[in-house]
Amino acid sequence: MKALLAPFRTTTGLARWLLVTGLVLVALFVVLAVFAPWIAPYGFAQSSVDGVKFTKLDPPGPGHPFGTNDLFYDVLSRVIWGAQTALLVVLLSVLLSALIGVPLGLLSGYVGGWTDRVLVLIMDALYAFPSLLLAIVFSFLLKNVLPSGVVAAALSLTVIYIPQYFRVVRNTAVSAREATYVEAARALGAPNSVIMGRYLFSNVIQSVPVIGTLNAADAISTLAALGFLGLGIQPQDAAEWGFDLSRALDDAASGIWWTGFFPGMAIVLLVTGLTLVGEGLNETVNPTLRKRRFATVTLPPRPAPSDLSETQNALAITASDNSAEGGGK
Amino acid sequence: MPTKPELALDPVLEVEDLKIHFALRGSGFARLLGRDTGTVRAVDGVNLDLERGEVLGLVGESGSGKTTLGRAMLGLVAATSGSIHHRPGDGSPDTDIAALRGKALRQRRTRLQMVFQDPHAALNPSMDIETAVGHPLVIHKRASGDELRARVVSALERVGLVPAEQFLSKYPSDLSGGQKQRAVIARAIILDPEVLIADEPVSMLDMSVRAKILQLMLDLKDDLGLTYVYITHDLATAKFFCDRVAIMYLGKVVEIGPTAEIFAHPRHPYTQALLKAIPDVDPNKAMPRDLPRGEIPDAARPPRGCSFHPRCPLARADCGWEPRDLKALVEEHWTRVPVADYEREHALVGGLADLDHSENRAVVKPHGGTVADLDALFDRIRTENAAEPLWQGVTSITATEDGLVFEFAPAAEVPLRPSGPTEVACVLYPPDPS
Repeated sequence: MKALLAPFRTTTGLARWLLVTGLVLVALFVVLAVFAPWIAPYGFAQSSVDGVKFTKLDPPGPGHPFGTNDLFYDVLSRVIWGAQTALLVVLLSVLLSALIGVPLGLLSGYVGGWTDRVLVLIMDALYAFPSLLLAIVFSFLLKNVLPSGVVAAALSLTVIYIPQYFRVVRNTAVSAREATYVEAARALGAPNSVIMGRYLFSNVIQSVPVIGTLNAADAISTLAALGFLGLGIQPQDAAEWGFDLSRALDDAASGIWWTGFFPGMAIVLLVTGLTLVGEGLNETVNPTLRKRRFATVTLPPRPAPSDLSETQNALAITASDNSAEGGGK
Repeated sequence: MPTKPELALDPVLEVEDLKIHFALRGSGFARLLGRDTGTVRAVDGVNLDLERGEVLGLVGESGSGKTTLGRAMLGLVAATSGSIHHRPGDGSPDTDIAALRGKALRQRRTRLQMVFQDPHAALNPSMDIETAVGHPLVIHKRASGDELRARVVSALERVGLVPAEQFLSKYPSDLSGGQKQRAVIARAIILDPEVLIADEPVSMLDMSVRAKILQLMLDLKDDLGLTYVYITHDLATAKFFCDRVAIMYLGKVVEIGPTAEIFAHPRHPYTQALLKAIPDVDPNKAMPRDLPRGEIPDAARPPRGCSFHPRCPLARADCGWEPRDLKALVEEHWTRVPVADYEREHALVGGLADLDHSENRAVVKPHGGTVADLDALFDRIRTENAAEPLWQGVTSITATEDGLVFEFAPAAEVPLRPSGPTEVACVLYPPDPS
């Protein structure tokens, strides 16, 4: 618990605001995602209750607080279930890309030579592509291979985020490789696997959580973009905000705002929240940006003038001497 | 190598004609064109024996190759040529460390260990002391569980980190420099090695801690039967700590012998200069400090003959004088003359590219003048400082229609040769005729 609260106690000013605001926003969506079956009034692909079909494009009202859309779905339920989809996909893709990118970066940075050149070339090629384009290509390829839309979307996002972990970890490993403690480990007779696992790993992963959260924010918008283009998750598989937005495009022209506004807001809020957490973490973890709070020092209360000791008397005399020299103020 | 009378002949490491050259990377342009960018000769033909139970000091300036030599003894840098024979005391077969690779080399490091210069960097900042000190045992699968902990505790106690329990869970950032160096030594001795290579183990520590760490190392040597290679630039600690001292200059050992003899009767002019450079606390004992002039030369292009000759106050004709030395002399002359003279002379000589090599013969072509002008210029430079030892090495200066031709005396070979109880590589100490 103490460790969890450390960022709040040690940060100050802007960094703290970023972190706290971001965490509150993200926590809201996590609660929605985890408890979606209990919070959401209806299922994500439910268009009727007790055999009675919902009204199509019903404006927000008592039955449907966020209204219904052109597929007869309840918008509030779609937004809540959408949080689950978004967080699941993003969690999967961030975990997978870190799991692949970090070890590859470590290997590339430590081993160097041709391994490094080949890996850097591949990663740079991946990085050079516009990430959305790459995600489109991969989701297109994976859609027919994988049964689950969620996993396919997560994998196509994974591919575009691996290079970021790779580059950061590789560059840190290249500089850490020359550190004396790594040479010391070699002098102890440690094999390369031990040097990478026990000596380099713990010293190169500090920046990974920051990249993770910032990537997560980026992944939410990329996932939405995929859904918007109809390449993401199909509406029968799971609720997806991007897909709902694309359906709402036609409604907006005819003054129906609620089908687009609520999923759009959800995307904006979650992306903002994750970005704020990332920036806040960066300011907290990164020693070059970090500003620590000064601890306030409470001095013991001054004793009454009657029990002033000899030394304090002496001090008082010097002080009055000084003020006398200062122009007799 | 000849027998040292005061030491039984039982070498634990034998370095034979060891050379370690590093390829220079050069400029990006040179790399693009695949041009040969040259090599740095960090260690350039070193022969020495490390006798069991002794403390051998490797002393030299920065860039003399002492650290590279020490690291090569552990196989941490690959040798370009030569061999380092290790004869273990436990009866296992002797091997050439320079030829070992992979697992065999890692196994060998249980017998040879290293203490690093910077204790603040030698410990993994994210590993606690118990794990760090015990890690060699884990790596080589020597101990685990309770036995591991017991051995870590006894190693920590041995190096004076007591009570050991207090240090087990500490991280390097919690310890002082001296404590970190003690932990590094504990990690080095936990495998019970026979040779410890100490690379300036006290140079990063406070004065007050240095003597304690050195005393600790001496105690450990007696208790554990260790042999030390002590790499340092600090002659004062070398005098206190070493049985034998090898003075290194530009990748070569120039003098090696018993510490007392080296300090009492330094033979090589470089050793003499080093000893003169030791500050003296007595202000009345002001000594003439004719320190070697100039800087340590570029190891990528070491001087011909004896590497020390351009800086040597006692240099002779056969020390290996070369056109490059003449170039340096002319440049030095130009720093003293008025600007107008410099411009006139520079125009006459037209740059010094003609002199920038190490052959026996150099031709300086006149630019905007005659050969006679050139001859007069070099005559002037020569009369400025006729005592300059360089001129002994110039056998003839002839004016031809090509230009002014300088002939240099050939360089004498200077291998390490015995001279009294020490061995020295200098023309002033010719081989014993007997």
